[in-house]
Amino acid sequence: MIRLTRRYRFSASHRLHSDFFSDAENEQLYGKCNHPFGHGHDYVLEVSVAGPVDAHNGTAVLLPALDKLVDKSVVSQFEHRDLNSEVPEFADRVPTSENLVRVIEERLKANWASSFPLAWPRLDKIRLLETKRNLFEQTT
Amino acid sequence: MLITRKAEFSASHVCALPQWSDEQNRAVYGAAANPRGHGHNYSVEVTLEGEPDPRTGMIFDLKALKDILNQQVVDPLDHRHLNQEVKPFDHIVPTVENVAIEIWKRLESQFPPGGSVKLHNVRLYETEDLYVDYAGGELR
Repeated sequence: MIRLTRRYRFSASHRLHSDFFSDAENEQLYGKCNHPFGHGHDYVLEVSVAGPVDAHNGTAVLLPALDKLVDKSVVSQFEHRDLNSEVPEFADRVPTSENLVRVIEERLKANWASSFPLAWPRLDKIRLLETKRNLFEQTT
Repeated sequence: MLITRKAEFSASHVCALPQWSDEQNRAVYGAAANPRGHGHNYSVEVTLEGEPDPRTGMIFDLKALKDILNQQVVDPLDHRHLNQEVKPFDHIVPTVENVAIEIWKRLESQFPPGGSVKLHNVRLYETEDLYVDYAGGELR
């Protein structure tokens, strides 16, 4: 078993504001992330997959297929977009990086079988760097 | 406790199976199948596991680890064409998975079972955006 990690990048804007709270509470809770017109990040997404290595071709995952899956279901749809208004999942969810990791996981899992119909490789981990100082990680 | 030492080497390779068509190779390996080859600045992180010796305060002498890495990995692979010049890549495709496994095999004999340290993990970066982790054990 081996684990392979591929890094992708996308730039997007967001604003943190929860309908559960008043404007004043939102400002208190999210600070400058609540500024009314939003702000952006250069996100770095690491997708880790695990699986056995094919004895014949020496790969654990078909990289072109992984790149296509991540690009189609995540990167191309988030790239240079406003997460709040242009990514449907954030119509009713705050686009924190925690929720962004969840959305990425949901999207990859929903499309996984069409790219990788066999038992392996499986999605192992999603790691999101919002900035170089803020990291979010989910073992899937 | 874990300690990790990094080393770098630069090498060229081609990822393709001779019995496959260009299309098959491209589907599996992408641009890495280009027949004349291409190169990478590989970076390897070798992690050892052990307890600090009460007298030296060290798990393992990092200078000795550096020498082992140079002898077993860097000297034989640096500035080489992996397929042409480094066994077993004359008959095994030098994918990032297989190169990591080969590094593990070369290092494993230096840290035999029952010794004071264990080889814990080999992480091999082919580029900044692609790496694998291999911690030994079953491959298939």
